[in-house]
Amino acid sequence: MTDTTATASATKPPAPRKAKSANRYAELQAAKPMIECREVHKYYGDYHALRGINLTIREGEFFSLLGPSGCGKTTLLRTIAGFEDISSGVVLIDGKDMADVPANKRPTNMVFQSYAIFPHLTVAENVAFGLRRDPRSKAEKAAAVEEALKMVGLAGYGKRAAHALSGGQRQRVALARALILKPKVLLLDEPLSALDRKMREQMQVELIKLQRQVGITFVLVTHDQEEALVMSDRIAVMFEGQIAQLDYPEALYSRPVSRRVADFIGVMNFLPVTILSEDAETVRVDVEGLGEIDLPHSQVAAKGEDDEQPMIGFRPEAMSIFPEGQPQTAPRQNGAVIDEVVYYGDMTYYDARLDEVDGTLSAPVRISMRNVFGRDIPDVGTRATVGWSPSSLILFR
Amino acid sequence: MSSTRFDAEARQGLAMVSPPLIYAVLMLAAPLITILAYSFFKDGYLEVIREFTLENYRAVWSDPIFHKVMARSLGVAFAVTLATVLLAFPVAYFLSFVVPPERKALWIFLITIPFWTSYLIRVFLWKVILGHNGVINSTLTSLGIIDEPLGFLLYNVQAMVITLAHAYAPFAILPIYVALEKIDRSLLEAGRDLGESRLMTFWRVTLPLAMPGVIAATLIVFIPTIGDYVTPELIGGGKMPMVANMVQANMLALDNKPMGSALAVTAMLIVTVISLIYLFLNRRFLRVKQ
Repeated sequence: MTDTTATASATKPPAPRKAKSANRYAELQAAKPMIECREVHKYYGDYHALRGINLTIREGEFFSLLGPSGCGKTTLLRTIAGFEDISSGVVLIDGKDMADVPANKRPTNMVFQSYAIFPHLTVAENVAFGLRRDPRSKAEKAAAVEEALKMVGLAGYGKRAAHALSGGQRQRVALARALILKPKVLLLDEPLSALDRKMREQMQVELIKLQRQVGITFVLVTHDQEEALVMSDRIAVMFEGQIAQLDYPEALYSRPVSRRVADFIGVMNFLPVTILSEDAETVRVDVEGLGEIDLPHSQVAAKGEDDEQPMIGFRPEAMSIFPEGQPQTAPRQNGAVIDEVVYYGDMTYYDARLDEVDGTLSAPVRISMRNVFGRDIPDVGTRATVGWSPSSLILFR
Repeated sequence: MSSTRFDAEARQGLAMVSPPLIYAVLMLAAPLITILAYSFFKDGYLEVIREFTLENYRAVWSDPIFHKVMARSLGVAFAVTLATVLLAFPVAYFLSFVVPPERKALWIFLITIPFWTSYLIRVFLWKVILGHNGVINSTLTSLGIIDEPLGFLLYNVQAMVITLAHAYAPFAILPIYVALEKIDRSLLEAGRDLGESRLMTFWRVTLPLAMPGVIAATLIVFIPTIGDYVTPELIGGGKMPMVANMVQANMLALDNKPMGSALAVTAMLIVTVISLIYLFLNRRFLRVKQ
């Protein structure tokens, strides 16, 4: 984690969290670097697509490049695959400089967004495409193909025509076709974006399992923040050809380094603040609707965008909301008016405005609450009590 | 419900296509049926005797001149098709893969420019280029490379192949271009990604996927060239007749319409059979082996 990015190192890498992934993080931190990008720039004519990318992806890591369309994430992936030459900088894969290595000689394989299944070949011929120069016998190759198809859940599909497959099946063929070559790195270019929601969620889980099973480094490009959070060991958030933040999913969600990252990952409420004073430990702020708060520096985002109104940010689930008068345990409580109630079954989202000291109401904020049987859902237009804790707030200035 | 809806749509569609369809079928069918009918009639002096006979076909099939002319027609058509498709493929490839998208319309426009002049004039121009005192001969003579004009440039099969290949080039380029355009470019990247060089990717991905265009180009060139009349007349100098010239001679000069009709029908049958065999072979064997 030494040479990730300047911005990422500004927030300290959080201590690996909890049982779920602590061991894995420790393992990955000890693993050797598989992909290293150093000051990678890419120009298309005058257009500066990649503006100094620095990152290290470790062996066996599930790494995601996340960002809105046009942020350069696909360009970076194609740079690693060897489909794009870089204008300057260095790309190393497994310690080797890739400058003069064409795409067909790199130890990477790609799952394309369109899957790029050869329409003139059968499923088995597609999977076997890269095995032409493999010295194994025909029977051994056929067995390997069948094994690869089995791994992606397509056992027995070998004889089918490729054009007769569904979207999900094409994706699996593309995976099998890449993984059969045992690449050091598997590159996935928005592989799930063409699938329907249910299929996508199923494939997310399958991809994670597959990655753990084969132990190959996966680099995933996606614009779907939820997908990145679900699947990745680490995520690089990119805007305009630069990495805005490179971090663990939990850190990215709970400690975004900038308002832009915060806004891109999930829902973030913003309330304007006035900075009252600052000392070595804390920053004292006056938040519209929440009053005066002391925030430790660990809750202050490092990077301020110029000339912007300082804002406090918090996630919808950082607050709880109850009908007025019901007792709450939260350390801080405010009165509020409910503007909108959106019921999702397991969750309910509330749009509420908080009471100001002067009797007016704050800008609307979104609060989410898990629904519990027997608990009333406050009504639209009624007053409610909002409970929160200063530890869940982040100051962007 | 849905079937009645479809019927309504189908009716509407049929109503819209039927005027041109009726026109096309009539204009195509009427002469064909006439020719077919004539081919079974007897030829009298200055008139056609409307009695059924197979004598015309017997005469055609046993005529050594017909064998020779038909063989020449097939030979020229095969050579022209081969040359045209082989030369058209690189052009279509260049057009599809090298020319930037915003220039493609211009390039296609340029390729179709020869169509602005009539076929007859273009054939004549080849005569000017290849002739005894033509462009090539006079250039070579004035440069002192040759003393006598080359006699073998014109009035032979090679000259006919050159002329026809040039005339049909756009017909071959365009279908191949369309087939290449339809290839998803990520397939070519996938080929490279899976370890193949550019050449092998071309062989294993681009070429098989371009085959429908190549097949279309082959038939589009082959079928009309075999029945070409103008080029053998002008470039062949009448010494190298092809089957259309023979039909013309029978129809007009010899005033034997039944014989001319039988020749035409026979030639048509041969072309049909060859085309069907070609399509069948393609479907069976012309998949690039993996």
